[in-house]
Amino acid sequence: MIEVIYILCLRQLKHYWRSKARLIGSLGQPLLFLVAFGYGIGPMYTTARGGGNYIDFLVPGIVAMSILFTAVFSGLEVIWDRQFGFLKETLVAPISRTEIMIGKTLGGAVIAMIQGLIVLSLSYVLGFRIPSLSSLGLGLIFMFLIAIFFSGLGLTIASKMKDLHGFQLIINFLIMPIFFLSGALFPLENLPPAIYFISRLDPLTYGVDGLRGAIAGMSTFGVYNDLAVIGALSVLVCAIGTVLFSEIEA
Amino acid sequence: MQNILSVQSLTKKFDDLTAVNNISFNVEAGSIFAFLGPNGAGKSTTIKMLTTVLKPTSGEISINGFNALKEQDKARASFGIVFQDHSLDEELTGYENVVYHAVIYKVPKKERAERIQKALEIVGLWDRREDYVKKYSGGMKRRLEIARALVHYPKILFLDEPTVGLDPQTRRSIWDHIRDLNKERKMTIFLTTHYMEEAEAIADQIAIIDHGKIVESGTVEEIKKRTESESLEEAFLKLTGRHIRDENNGPSNKTGMRGRGRRSRH
Ligand SMILES: Nc1ncnc2c1ncn2[C@@H]1O[C@H](COP(=O)(O)OP(=O)(O)O)[C@@H](O)[C@H]1O
Ligand SMILES: [Mg+2]
Repeated sequence: MIEVIYILCLRQLKHYWRSKARLIGSLGQPLLFLVAFGYGIGPMYTTARGGGNYIDFLVPGIVAMSILFTAVFSGLEVIWDRQFGFLKETLVAPISRTEIMIGKTLGGAVIAMIQGLIVLSLSYVLGFRIPSLSSLGLGLIFMFLIAIFFSGLGLTIASKMKDLHGFQLIINFLIMPIFFLSGALFPLENLPPAIYFISRLDPLTYGVDGLRGAIAGMSTFGVYNDLAVIGALSVLVCAIGTVLFSEIEA
Repeated sequence: MQNILSVQSLTKKFDDLTAVNNISFNVEAGSIFAFLGPNGAGKSTTIKMLTTVLKPTSGEISINGFNALKEQDKARASFGIVFQDHSLDEELTGYENVVYHAVIYKVPKKERAERIQKALEIVGLWDRREDYVKKYSGGMKRRLEIARALVHYPKILFLDEPTVGLDPQTRRSIWDHIRDLNKERKMTIFLTTHYMEEAEAIADQIAIIDHGKIVESGTVEEIKKRTESESLEEAFLKLTGRHIRDENNGPSNKTGMRGRGRRSRH
């Protein structure tokens, strides 16, 4: 059981590590966002709020963003496995679909965590500081839960997709809105009620809010409420994913 | 003799195409069973159903005493499979592919290194084990897939056109090894091939399928006698006609990546 999960994770990590282009490419976007938004919007934020540092607000959002994209992409990798035939190899093995789901979710989550940690370290250069070790600890828990949720979501979607045609659709109409409406870039309080309502349904909203509460000391819903929501959602998505995965055909 | 594989009224429909049409057969434990037929006859679809990759539209499958539809994990632990089309991870090395396989098939840890080395040596890939699979030639990839399937010792090994595109030396060494596995380990072999002389030389039992239906089955001698043929190839042509088939002759062809699969000329 443990070894099966380990080898599934290890394979994904090797893919990630060996594809330097992907590694560098996926760091470019968060960096650009940090610099462009940080310096571009920062002064406006401070003026509008009558104080406060936008970098402190932004960094948890960008860390969450890089985790979101990396985790979803790792989950969706199963579609490539299907197209290149490798999925069959895993599916005919005498291992339970739960093991496959756990292994692949964890693999994607670990990669997303690494990515998030790299972005977090880079933000140090921009002057971002985490107040204490315990807030870092809590922050890591949030990062991990965000990673698990979106890696599981990617896998769940991938288990229902036969080819790559729906890929752009998923990114543009699901992942992008999830990112932009999560409060990663701007505070949600001043949004029109309809949009605010949608953002309250966005799972990432709670991940971002919790992470921000943990490492930057700003939270709207309360860190423990966030923890409960994102924790429960992670369990739920993995359960649904396991059920769908058990019906998958290669 | 006892049957290790038993198939009852197996049918698979893809939309309005019936790829496998109500076939039934048994395979004796310890035998070599050749499943022959022209392109598009339904061989691969049958193998995919037997190996739990595809769900049958209807029918029953029993492998090693397990219901392949209800006791999937137990059935899966009983067989090994070499698919007709690619199933390697090209971003891993040859060795890593085999290790992955050994782990997910729960080969005991202390036997792993030795079995992997033996399997890679058999197919002549031990020296190339550290290379990425994407650098392998088509024949090397095929050999790696076969080596991989030998690492866990399955009760029954499915081989879907294992030797297509390989040179005679490699084909010979692969068949020799398969025969050894069959003799020494009493491993049942279920194979499809386009080389009639290979089937004739190695198979104990043969079934010929065409348009999703089994048109003839028995030993080579029985089939030759019934069709009044000199060779299996002659019998095959008499039974299935001489016109050339396209693998994707159904109304609802699966396009795209299927074209990447290993094709064979019949
Ligand atoms: N996934 C699929 N969807 C639709 N048709 C398919 C699919 N797989 C196979 N077929 C069709 O089923 C028939 C049998 O195919 P196959 O079992 O691959 O033949 P063989 O292996 O004997 O050459 C062919 O007409 C093929 O086009
Ligand atoms: Mg075939």
